[in-house]
Amino acid sequence: MVNPYVIHPATIVEKIREAEDITTYRLQLVDEEARRRFRFKAGQFNMVYLFGIGEVAISIVSDPDEPERLDHTIRAVGRTTKAIADLQPGETLGIRGPFGEGWPLEEAKGRNVVIVTGGLGCAPVVGAIEFIFKRRNQYGAVKILHGVKTPHDLLYRERFDAWRGFPDTEVLLTSDQPDKTWRYHVGVVTELFEQVSMDPEKSMVLMCGPEIMMRLGAPILMRRGIPATAMYVSLERHMECGIGLCGHCQMGPYFLCKDGPVMRYDRVEQWLGRTGV
Amino acid sequence: MTSEMHGALARADLQRLLDALSAKGYQIVGPTVREGSVVWETISSVSELPIGWRDQQEPGRYRLEQTGAQEIFGVVHGPQSLKPFVFAPREPLLQITRSKEGFTTSPTLPQPEKVAVIGARACDLAGLAIQDRIFLNETYRDPYYATRRDGLFVVAVNCTRSLQTCFCASMETGPRAKCGYDLALTEVDDRLLVEAGSEAGRDILSGFSLPPASEDLAGEATRRIESCAENQVRRLDRSRLPHALYEAHEHPRWDEVAGRCLACTNCTMVCPTCFCHTVEETPDLSHQHTAHARLWGSCFTQEHGYINGKNIRPTIKDRYRMWLTHKLASWIDQFSTSGCVGCGRCITWCPVGIDLTEELSALLTPGVQPPIDLQHKIGT
Repeated sequence: MVNPYVIHPATIVEKIREAEDITTYRLQLVDEEARRRFRFKAGQFNMVYLFGIGEVAISIVSDPDEPERLDHTIRAVGRTTKAIADLQPGETLGIRGPFGEGWPLEEAKGRNVVIVTGGLGCAPVVGAIEFIFKRRNQYGAVKILHGVKTPHDLLYRERFDAWRGFPDTEVLLTSDQPDKTWRYHVGVVTELFEQVSMDPEKSMVLMCGPEIMMRLGAPILMRRGIPATAMYVSLERHMECGIGLCGHCQMGPYFLCKDGPVMRYDRVEQWLGRTGV
Repeated sequence: MTSEMHGALARADLQRLLDALSAKGYQIVGPTVREGSVVWETISSVSELPIGWRDQQEPGRYRLEQTGAQEIFGVVHGPQSLKPFVFAPREPLLQITRSKEGFTTSPTLPQPEKVAVIGARACDLAGLAIQDRIFLNETYRDPYYATRRDGLFVVAVNCTRSLQTCFCASMETGPRAKCGYDLALTEVDDRLLVEAGSEAGRDILSGFSLPPASEDLAGEATRRIESCAENQVRRLDRSRLPHALYEAHEHPRWDEVAGRCLACTNCTMVCPTCFCHTVEETPDLSHQHTAHARLWGSCFTQEHGYINGKNIRPTIKDRYRMWLTHKLASWIDQFSTSGCVGCGRCITWCPVGIDLTEELSALLTPGVQPPIDLQHKIGT
């Protein structure tokens, strides 16, 4: 009987500082067999474990084609993530996973892809963006619209610059609390919708960020003619088990750890606007 | 056919059944009186059962009374369902030890034990069937739950007396145990109608040469069970669920019930189906070994809705709504069954006597409800 609670040790190969309290941890499973067998899809997550402290659900941001290295971008915000921040390369974390439903990248083939992200919310979609650009000719136009509160919150700066260089690709950034160095749009991410053309029949939207961004953003896109069934959102809830058992990650009838975290918008539309759900 | 093997046992001979189960290697657990309630305890003798006791249950109230009769199963139930036998309140999951590679994990599966529970009710069996759907489904089979479940032998007792708080008839889960038992007993005065519901149950019964139950005994048992159902004063109207409750998300009644709810978690602890849990990590002092365990959790706690620096359900209103909506509505979408079996425990063990049947009925009534203190004034 497979025991889904078993945790596999993983070495921190590299720590990449993204911002003051945000770090990407590049992990490699210690056990060779486990490493060889590990496969994931962009948008899926791992339970990342620190000995003696506990586990946290963290999305895998690296390329699914290179499953032997697993990048997790973590903000030091709680008990476990703050303790993880003290670790150095060579030290050990644990991994259980991968869990959940990822982005519909197969269905998106041949279509235009609009990616709308906010803050650290861009992390779960980074793997999807890399996946698309590795197969650039299989996808139509790509538009990446990313909003941050302050320029300080802009992660993966080099990646955004690199993505801008791909053909038929637009990358638009915005900050609603900019400083003098900010050269992009000022305002919230939904304002960027007006700056790009979208073919409603050919586009698929991937959204990831604060819930309010998705709740307010999706209806605007629907008014632009994009059907609710062509929009996907990645949602976040407290998760302790990853297998739909602990009950914390419920949103209406869904367990986001197994039915999500990526959900087609029409399935969650009625739950997103509700308080306490 | 669950009653293909049945017989009549003199009430005074129940000890024979316990002995037969002991001889098969079962540890026998039955209801026993402790601190004003009944709780499951390991027993060896019928005399340890709550003979002559009856329970009276009302919203926020539980009392035992001694009637002086020889009735063995006069107490309907205590706070515990069958849940603790299979979904342990604290289940050690892993022992993790530091090693050269970082650490090694060893699953800490429970020791397989044969446990025979005497006196489970139809609502408890319905609760067990729901827990089975959660922990032992097509995509996932929880090895800890499965180990405990495999060793469980259930001797059910059909209810012939309803409590004020019972509403199993409206949930169609009781008062007769329909399935999921190994043996079922119906106490009819000084006789017990015994029915086998599984191979293991038939196996035990085959060792007894019980006289077949007379039509008179079987008929009287059925009559008493039916009368028990008819006497239930509470009912839960499921006809408009789940959607009507989803639609009631902004109903003013949630504010009103939140004013009474203490978020004490009692309802979730006594519920036969609630499965939320938290995972706890306990390192030893050397920090070389650590134990990873799951503990019963509750959607009424602050932690349940916590997410990186904010709480999805900060108010008691949010949490009561989460609990009731999950129990009676979203559970249906998740597991194709209600999360409620009609046992009434959450009503009895609520310190302020919140009654979910009353709350549901108010929530499915449109419009603004008068506050409850006003209702009382109107009533007096």
